[in-house]
Amino acid sequence: MKFRIDRDALADAVAWTARSLPARPPVPVLAGMHLEAGDRLKLSAFDYEVSAQVSADIDVEEPGTALVSGRLLSEICRSLPPHPVELTTDGAKVMLSCGSAKFTLMTMPVEDYPSLPAMPPPAGSVGSDEFAAAVSQVAIAAGRDDTIPMLTGVRVEIEGETVTLASTDRYRLAVRELHWKPERPDFSAVALVPAKTLADTAKSLTSGAELAIALGGVGGAGDGMIGFEGGGRRTTSRLLDGDFVKYRSLLPSEYAGYAEVQTSAFVEAVKRVSLVAERNTPVRLSFSQGEVVLEAGTGDEAQAVEALEATLEGDDITIAFNPGFLLDGLGAIGSDIARLSFTTPTKPAVLTGKPAGDGANPNYRYLIMPVRLSG
Amino acid sequence: MSRKQQLHRPGAPEGPPGDDTGCPILHVDMDAFFVSVELLDRPELRGKPVIVGHPGARGVVAAASYEVRAFGVYSAMPISRARRLCPRAVIIPPAHEKYARVSAAVMEIFRSVTPLVEPLAMDEAFLDVSGAIRRLGRPAEIARQIREQVAGQQGITCSVGVASTKFIAKLASTRSKPDGLLVVPADGVAAFLRPLPMAALWGVGERTEQHLARLGLRTVGDLADTPLPALQRELGNAAGAHLYELSWGRDPRPVVASTPDKSVGAEETFPYDISDPEVIRRELLRLAEKVGARLRAGGNSGRTISVKLRMADFKTFTRARTLPEPTDLARVIYATACELYEGSGLERVQLRLVGVRVENLAPVGQTSRQLALDEQESGWHEAERAMDQVVRRFGRGAVRPAALVGESAPREHDEREDRQEGGERR
Repeated sequence: MKFRIDRDALADAVAWTARSLPARPPVPVLAGMHLEAGDRLKLSAFDYEVSAQVSADIDVEEPGTALVSGRLLSEICRSLPPHPVELTTDGAKVMLSCGSAKFTLMTMPVEDYPSLPAMPPPAGSVGSDEFAAAVSQVAIAAGRDDTIPMLTGVRVEIEGETVTLASTDRYRLAVRELHWKPERPDFSAVALVPAKTLADTAKSLTSGAELAIALGGVGGAGDGMIGFEGGGRRTTSRLLDGDFVKYRSLLPSEYAGYAEVQTSAFVEAVKRVSLVAERNTPVRLSFSQGEVVLEAGTGDEAQAVEALEATLEGDDITIAFNPGFLLDGLGAIGSDIARLSFTTPTKPAVLTGKPAGDGANPNYRYLIMPVRLSG
Repeated sequence: MSRKQQLHRPGAPEGPPGDDTGCPILHVDMDAFFVSVELLDRPELRGKPVIVGHPGARGVVAAASYEVRAFGVYSAMPISRARRLCPRAVIIPPAHEKYARVSAAVMEIFRSVTPLVEPLAMDEAFLDVSGAIRRLGRPAEIARQIREQVAGQQGITCSVGVASTKFIAKLASTRSKPDGLLVVPADGVAAFLRPLPMAALWGVGERTEQHLARLGLRTVGDLADTPLPALQRELGNAAGAHLYELSWGRDPRPVVASTPDKSVGAEETFPYDISDPEVIRRELLRLAEKVGARLRAGGNSGRTISVKLRMADFKTFTRARTLPEPTDLARVIYATACELYEGSGLERVQLRLVGVRVENLAPVGQTSRQLALDEQESGWHEAERAMDQVVRRFGRGAVRPAALVGESAPREHDEREDRQEGGERR
């Protein structure tokens, strides 16, 4: 194997691929990054859950393959001087030269490297920036505790031109709808994708305008997998098993009232007031006509209070939330004005952006369970 | 009707209070506690049949006013049945935080009398007033002051038993309900005890009662007149001696002041080492039930759950996990304990002891609770509180998880062991 490649192109490709290297490789070869020089260079990493593959332009002199320590290769590429890079295999070694810097890397047996999972059949495509934004809005509500694996996933539901993303950790539920271009107008599928993988993947695949999604290889190639491809990068992830919660029934269909508050001021005030809120203690929001009073801390602890302008439709209400959950939601609605719709202080409340017009359905909803106050 | 209910004869006996010399032990018990607290907010219901309990189809009676008890309604009865017995009863859903607040205030009153206060539940406690006699007067007078203060400050009534021992004091308060005061003079204990049915003796369950009845022993007096060796032959050495002592009103247990618990735990040493994970898990369930019940009785919940596993060679492992929110549910404690056990790598290892402990305690009334989406309005909290009620009325083992049903009947000395465990604190 012998080829030359642009320094930045290599550094980008290696850095992206290295994200999928397992932190603790279950078998030694999975610590490796697979290099395949043909017409283009293909770099791959795999940890049995997630696979990543990227291709880059090269001047190839001698095609071939090699498997080298991914961690080391990525650290080297990050620090290379700005000169073209040449990679050559020499027996069981890979020589990397860049300007006057030269590295010799040991290789691992290529034949031991597992073949990457097949991509499921293409399902459609979506604007990559919009998808990344949508995923980040939803993934914040996913659980981080592995004891209930189902809650660590993002539910992806595709029905024709609509994609619905949802996740919940039992305390909040984030739901985002977006449009995409399915391969077939009647395409429909559901999948449960590990939230962290999905968020990382969506964020890292914004280099191309469009992101292709591959899904639904039931019983065939790519069964139990989801694939993403954009800007020369492709990644597959194994799906989570298990039924997701029936989340649609959790979203209230009607509310007793709602309040609207300027988002950035709201975020600042919640952050300030919650400084005195110890772990697991809530921030209390008392809405009345024209204002909301935020309070945290009780009795013999430190206390804080702040009032903000707010509009209220409905009766006065005091409702308390975990400040972290509230801030997650306020940060995700992507709107200057936040609308909090509620029923009672112990029933789920829903945070959305202020709708553009009457009856307009918000495409993002962040449901948050209140904290029941003592006494 | 429960066996223990036969003991309950409303109204204090007539006549002047007995001689309280040598009777420094008080047992104070709130009258229909939950109902009384609710009536503070709903005075219009005073004198009416009132039930505290979840009004749903599967709710049970958590507390019943004396008016509704006249209809045969008692605690732990299904609400649906209570409704049939007394259709005009007003049913109020329980608000445990509220009760915990009143309970704390009442305990405060007790502690202003003597530091030796041993709470048994939210609504009852033993007090040893020996040290307060010079300051506040004779025990009966102190009892009167306590009743006055509780009524004056909290607006609810309580009944007080004054006696020389805990056992007699508790019987006396039950006897004087509601809103009563009964002194059992130190020299009148035998006369007080003898006519009582056998079930009055603490430690006499249904089995023992039947056993004794077959021997022709029906009242406490019958038992007291039976020679000790005969009793020990029938009931075993320990149980025989224990009941015999009680039948003469001898109860050596001191009032132990309990500081707020830092942790609540229970452990079990097996008669022989056990490696079967199924048996271990069942034991964890039993211990979790015990710890959960004790947490709830003390109005506590805790966030850190630990298990203790001691191997045959006495090497001991402790594993703990802190939950996102505090719990007082046996169900949660059990699930966490099982995970800790399974994660310990000691499955199938011979164990001689297992223990379950909940730490990081906070009073339930003071913890606000993050609600979860899949949480039902009434669920396990209510179920386990209902279990507590049933157990308090019908005795240990009256309800238990199905996995524990095969177990032998509760041992006679369980309660005493408990107290020792309760005293084991860090």
